[in-house]
Amino acid sequence: MKTRKLICFFFFFLLAGAAVSASGNEEEGKEGSKEKFNASEFIIEHISDSHEWHIFTKKNGEHVALYLPVIVYNKENGLNIFSSKKLAHGHEYKGFRLEEEGDLKGRVVSVNDVGHIDEENLPLDLSMTKTVLGMLFAAIIGLVLFLSLARSYSKAGISHPKGIRSFLEPIVLFVRDDIAIPNLGKDKYEKFMPYLLTVFFFILINNLMGLVPFPPPFGANVTGNIAVTFTLAACTFLIIQFNGTKTYWRHIYAAPGVPIWLLPIMLPVEVIGMLAKPFALMVRLFANILAGHIVVLSLVSLIFIFKSLAVAPVSILFVIFMDCLELLVAFLQAYVFTLLSALFIGLATTEHH
Amino acid sequence: MTGTLAAIGAGFAVIGAGIGIGRIGGSAMDAIARQPEAATKIQTAMIISAALIEGVALFAVVVALIA
Repeated sequence: MKTRKLICFFFFFLLAGAAVSASGNEEEGKEGSKEKFNASEFIIEHISDSHEWHIFTKKNGEHVALYLPVIVYNKENGLNIFSSKKLAHGHEYKGFRLEEEGDLKGRVVSVNDVGHIDEENLPLDLSMTKTVLGMLFAAIIGLVLFLSLARSYSKAGISHPKGIRSFLEPIVLFVRDDIAIPNLGKDKYEKFMPYLLTVFFFILINNLMGLVPFPPPFGANVTGNIAVTFTLAACTFLIIQFNGTKTYWRHIYAAPGVPIWLLPIMLPVEVIGMLAKPFALMVRLFANILAGHIVVLSLVSLIFIFKSLAVAPVSILFVIFMDCLELLVAFLQAYVFTLLSALFIGLATTEHH
Repeated sequence: MTGTLAAIGAGFAVIGAGIGIGRIGGSAMDAIARQPEAATKIQTAMIISAALIEGVALFAVVVALIA
């Protein structure tokens, strides 16, 4: 009970600190510049991926940022790995430049000797950007938590759970008893448990980390990035394809009980249905998390749009409320993604009637 | 102009989601009032349906954002 209370307080302080610190940071930078505050630019800058991790801007306009490595591959120059500090503020380095405006904004382009940008062949950009670093940190947190959980089981055996086990064991059992067994059946669920647990905790940890604005590994918008959710949905899709039984495939190509002249129409419909389910998974997670981030950022930028300190308490109260809602959405979206993955895998692997 | 149209589209999507989730909540309340023992099961089913409907509404929001 005491650990649970501690964890509740921890989350509450994270949320309160998130709300207060977000406004505190921006005020430091704003006093120097006299430009009009552009809310949509502020929001888009915070939710999109970038090659550097911006921490704050000092009063004299200097940026304090964590410069992440840029890894680009080009046919002429080969593989190049360098710090993104060399590309800051539009500088050019070894024939690469970071575009700041226009269609290719935010991407690394290769510039040849006369300064001409090759717009057709963009270099292959495998950099460790903000999102990648956030994901890696979430993976490290997950590994630390679960390796210590496994070690505590091997040391203490099956006994009354204490410490980290009392927090994680109910969640793992919840995934097994309420998500895996009802959908996959008692005999086949063990094969897919690793995947379901990984997806659940990966999404959960990344959602929660996206809610905390600093220190640097937190506050990266990982699950609100459509490429990340696309990969997660693609993993579910591949698992469904590789584990589908003959009945499942027969339902797609030649559903029993359908007259033969209807089959050519049924095939595209079935294929679209097969693709639409992971697509829905992808868009659901992406849009929920992104919408939450955008709402919180908009409420904080209210303070700067109105430029008055009186708006700050109201705005921060709203932000705390929205953050609590976001906490619920974080858990819920992880649960729904895992539940639907289990459901689709179950539909493909088990044979009913 | 595209911005306003996108905003109007997003507004319509929110109307749909609001009606849908409102009805789910309403029927869930009725069901819990009829049989309080099944309250946890009904609540779980309600949350799952709400998340699914919200997913559909957020499809529309994403399309509006892209436009």
